[in-house]
Amino acid sequence: MVENSPQQGAGTGSRVPGKLELFLGFAKIGALGFGGVGPWARHVIVEERKWLSEREYASVLGMGQILPGPNVGNASVMIGRGFHGLTGALLATCGLYIGPLCILIVLSLLYDAYGDLPRVAPFMEGVAAAAAGMVIGMALKMGFNLKAPLQLVAVGLLAMLAAAWLRVPLPLIVVILAPLGIWISLRHARVTQGEKAQGERAKP
Amino acid sequence: MILLGQILIAFGTLSFLAIGGAIAILPEMHRLLVDVHHWMDDATFSQLFALAQAAPGPNILAASVMGWHIAGPAGMMAATLGMLVPAACLAWIMAGLTIRLRGNTWMKPAQFGLVPIAVGLIAASGLVMAQAAGTSWLSFVIIGASTVFIWRTKYSPLWVLAGGGLLGLALL
Repeated sequence: MVENSPQQGAGTGSRVPGKLELFLGFAKIGALGFGGVGPWARHVIVEERKWLSEREYASVLGMGQILPGPNVGNASVMIGRGFHGLTGALLATCGLYIGPLCILIVLSLLYDAYGDLPRVAPFMEGVAAAAAGMVIGMALKMGFNLKAPLQLVAVGLLAMLAAAWLRVPLPLIVVILAPLGIWISLRHARVTQGEKAQGERAKP
Repeated sequence: MILLGQILIAFGTLSFLAIGGAIAILPEMHRLLVDVHHWMDDATFSQLFALAQAAPGPNILAASVMGWHIAGPAGMMAATLGMLVPAACLAWIMAGLTIRLRGNTWMKPAQFGLVPIAVGLIAASGLVMAQAAGTSWLSFVIIGASTVFIWRTKYSPLWVLAGGGLLGLALL
């Protein structure tokens, strides 16, 4: 097992979790993810358990984002597979969904019985506001931690404006901006590699 | 049995459209469940979606609640599997591809090119959520405080959720 080696974003995971830990970690992410699991996923995977560095996690999430389906759900498949193959992917995915599904079953039963939402509206309003702030705060945190080149930051801001303000359909945003982002990133990598001539070593 | 098959197919189709998660496919989900299949009326659809929001987890699980409403536990299972399995398969293939291409020097920069888009879209969904949740001055205070707390500290997000909920209970 690789011991907690602090590396600047490259290579395989910082610390390989066991199968049970993988399941429990994702179960925690799912069960606590009120208002969305994104902030929890980052908190548990990057900060609390240090399975991946900020940059590694961001790369996985980036791929999860351009695929259909929930970005963290897709990330759970990829992270699980990376650590423990098919078993890992299944464990991570089941962990992520098991808690919420149990709660949803209870809520559905209540809804069937009373035909109305549980009377927790003011509490949920407060939670919804907090959850919105959580998501914005997480985006800021990731954005600043990644130290991306300026052109890439511009692509990110463009994606944000298009989605939040202009309400462009997300698939369209992805189709247009993904090639642009990849192109900028590749070009930037080539330039910095030329400057320093000591770029990242590929792992065997 | 036919109904379960229909549920599976309806949500399986939605699954492929869900780039950006549940919010992105909400209009299409509404069209399929309410207008095409007549499985529920407009008000029920909105209530079920709100119900799903009250639970933790990826909000794509709204599909599970809808499935339950249409056909009970089996319906929930069909809707959940329809929603999750196609996306999970694609993610599996994508993971395999990145593992295979790991040795290439261009792989990491190429992957990194997608990151700002992900972060930008996450920020956008936060802003859209804030717009929906910002019903009073207090909710804007909660949104602002929560943003700064998550951005600037490493404490568990649980504090933010509990604090927001309690403030809402006390003052809203």
